[in-house]
Amino acid sequence: MIAELGAFCMMLALALSLAQVGLSAAGRIRQSPVLQGAGEGAGIGAFLMVAIAFASLMSAFVRSDFSVQNVVENSHTAQPLFYKIAATWGSHEGSMLLWNLCLTGFGAVIIIAGRHLPRNLKSTTVATQGALGVLFLAYTVFVSSPFLRLANPPVEGNSLNPILQDPAMAIHPPFLYSGYVGMSVVYSFAVAALIEGRVDAAWARWVRPWTLAAWSFLTVGIMLGSFWAYYELGWGGWWFWDPVENASFMPWLAGAALLHSAIVTEKRGALLGWTVFLSLCTFTLSMLGAFLVRSGVLTSVHAFAVDPTRGGVLLVCLGIAACTAFGLFAWRAPQLKGGGLFAPISREGALVLNNLFLSAATATVLIGTLYPLVRQALTNEPISVGPPFYAMTFVPLMIVTLLLVPFGPLMAWKRGDIVGALQRLWVAAVIAVLAGILVLAVVQPHKALTAAGVALGGWLVAGAIAEIIERAKLGRASAGESARRLKGLPRGAWGTTLAHMGLGIFVLGACFETTFKAELAQALTPGESMKLGGYELRLDKVGTVEGENYTAEQATITATKNGSVVCTANPERRVWPGAGGQATSKVAICVQGPSDLYIVLGDPRPRADGQTSHLIRSYWNPWARFIWLGPIMMALGGLVSLSDRRLRFALPKAARASAAAGLAAEPAE
Amino acid sequence: MPILPKSRKARRRLMVVAVAAPILAAAVGLSLWASQSAITFFYGPSEARAKHVPAGQTVRIGGLVQPGSVIKAADGEVRFSIADKAGAVPASYRGELPDLFREGQGVVAQGEFDRSGMFVAKTVLAKHDEKYMPKEVVDALKKSGEWQKGDGSGPSLPAPSLPASGKPVADATTGAAS
Repeated sequence: MIAELGAFCMMLALALSLAQVGLSAAGRIRQSPVLQGAGEGAGIGAFLMVAIAFASLMSAFVRSDFSVQNVVENSHTAQPLFYKIAATWGSHEGSMLLWNLCLTGFGAVIIIAGRHLPRNLKSTTVATQGALGVLFLAYTVFVSSPFLRLANPPVEGNSLNPILQDPAMAIHPPFLYSGYVGMSVVYSFAVAALIEGRVDAAWARWVRPWTLAAWSFLTVGIMLGSFWAYYELGWGGWWFWDPVENASFMPWLAGAALLHSAIVTEKRGALLGWTVFLSLCTFTLSMLGAFLVRSGVLTSVHAFAVDPTRGGVLLVCLGIAACTAFGLFAWRAPQLKGGGLFAPISREGALVLNNLFLSAATATVLIGTLYPLVRQALTNEPISVGPPFYAMTFVPLMIVTLLLVPFGPLMAWKRGDIVGALQRLWVAAVIAVLAGILVLAVVQPHKALTAAGVALGGWLVAGAIAEIIERAKLGRASAGESARRLKGLPRGAWGTTLAHMGLGIFVLGACFETTFKAELAQALTPGESMKLGGYELRLDKVGTVEGENYTAEQATITATKNGSVVCTANPERRVWPGAGGQATSKVAICVQGPSDLYIVLGDPRPRADGQTSHLIRSYWNPWARFIWLGPIMMALGGLVSLSDRRLRFALPKAARASAAAGLAAEPAE
Repeated sequence: MPILPKSRKARRRLMVVAVAAPILAAAVGLSLWASQSAITFFYGPSEARAKHVPAGQTVRIGGLVQPGSVIKAADGEVRFSIADKAGAVPASYRGELPDLFREGQGVVAQGEFDRSGMFVAKTVLAKHDEKYMPKEVVDALKKSGEWQKGDGSGPSLPAPSLPASGKPVADATTGAAS
């Protein structure tokens, strides 16, 4: 019964979303609070229905109800409970249900938290969010229902793909989808602003926190996915410029541009059209990602099970949402009145430059991702676009962007002082250059490119700290005065510093890991050892261990440095009987400060002397931890900014009051 | 200066365009340049033979891992053949093989030919899903006349070992998501 309940609730949710669109739109046109309220009620109802549907699918997974096709394909009785639950969103259908849950859930948040929004803006936004709900709910109900029953239920399921049975992968989709779909709210607000024909402070005060929150979630989601690929796939790499990875990276880049341009719109009332345009772009890129990942039009190393037919339907959804929005933009955007003149050298100017570079970089990723499709359509020659393409396009653009990052926060609004900013940043520049020289001199082998990368990372970190020092007048004012200023700094300033520092730390890790990583593979018998990056790895024994739903061959490897033991590693090769005997490797990672000693157990190989050796593949990944630490700091920076009282949504009155207070406390803002 | 517009606002706008144009031009120019030189062509094994891909050019080869061709040396090197119905390419690889690398399964390898005609793979693309067959491989197999869609038997190399789930490989292109 519970699957039918789920399917029924999805249909109800679709009907309620239709009602949400109709009632909210009618309420807006007739200026009727009753109709508007009814539309809002329908929106909350749609969310509740999707929540019940989601819970019933989850319950089918928890109970291993193999009369439901989706459960058969993605679960197994021996699977640990955590992965039974995670399997709910582990499939194509289930993940779209999660998408719908986020979409209607965020709709409900607008309705409940948006009490103080201007009435017309709210109704139009609710109607737009409802329209998105109709598109994606219809997709789920008509072509991608996870609630289909089987006439002859099997006694056992096919198991969730073993490679997905991993903590990082289990929580990766909820974060990623909160990010992707969080951008739908920004989209709805942008469409509403175009329909209403005005963008004001209330609008920007809503759009900015939503962008920040969604972007922070997206950052964590991408980081988790990349971390998972790093340790689960056993290739030692963390980013492959694969279409599926790019699909998540494009909305992230566009979102980063948006959260900067939204600052200008909120604080200075300028760049209205551009902020609206980016809002539309960001969610369109999210939808493009959903389409690319599921339709199979591009070959990816991270194959989601694909379905061209459904991909076509998703493309139609994407086309409707994008064409309506951009058509509306072309028609209505010229009527948006922007104010706030500014000099080219100013905080606004710096943020415009940031946006230009980020959009250009997004465009290169988009071109690289779609080029194989276009090329194949034109010439029928299959090609692929890999890391060399992005090294020639994205990387140079990004280097210039990153060089400019520390200048932005040091510029004043309206009219900035480039010489002043340079004076405040010269210490940071010296630190960066010294860091580069130090790396060039100390680290063997000498690599100028890495030194330049480290200098860039150092520049970002030192530049971010310079902003805080500058604002607190550390060293220039008395200690008490500086402490008082530090305490009085708005959370937003701390958030900026944290995020920009995170960016620098990521650059440090990425440059160092990419250029200095070492790799060695050797077949060893117990007792033999191999040397990698100053470490000696000795294979002690290979035994068998039993997991909850797998059997593993487990090696015990002792890593020593200069004769002293630094860690004992236990890489495994797991065989999953429930998943048709699929084999996966469990990588062992010895964390050495910021660096990783990464060990993979390969397959057994008989040797000429009759003994069985095991292929041990090991990687030395220096500073690899910084690659994950950086994005975590960026996301934290976003959340810290979000906790800024002035940014809290749903509290426009309080926000206005504290904004005034903040203005008094800190004239630079 | 009569060339510049009179209004301050229009001058500022012109300024933005003047800054934006070179950045966008750089992005487009870099993309065009990279799309000429930094792309990788994809061939089926027999196609790669017929086209005489020059040694040293990075390409992708996709086909089926020929049953019985996989030799794993003690030093970590793996040799195998990538085959379609019309031919096979000998390949060698030194790296972590994807967990789903099996004889009879579809595979995409990226690398270059050496002078002796051996394909030295730098990466072997893993599929997270054993029921999945890369689209290019399907197309290449279709071209060489090997793919019989819908007959439920999958590709018809000698003694193909079907994925362990027992489902035909063709499911990946037609069937439900998993």
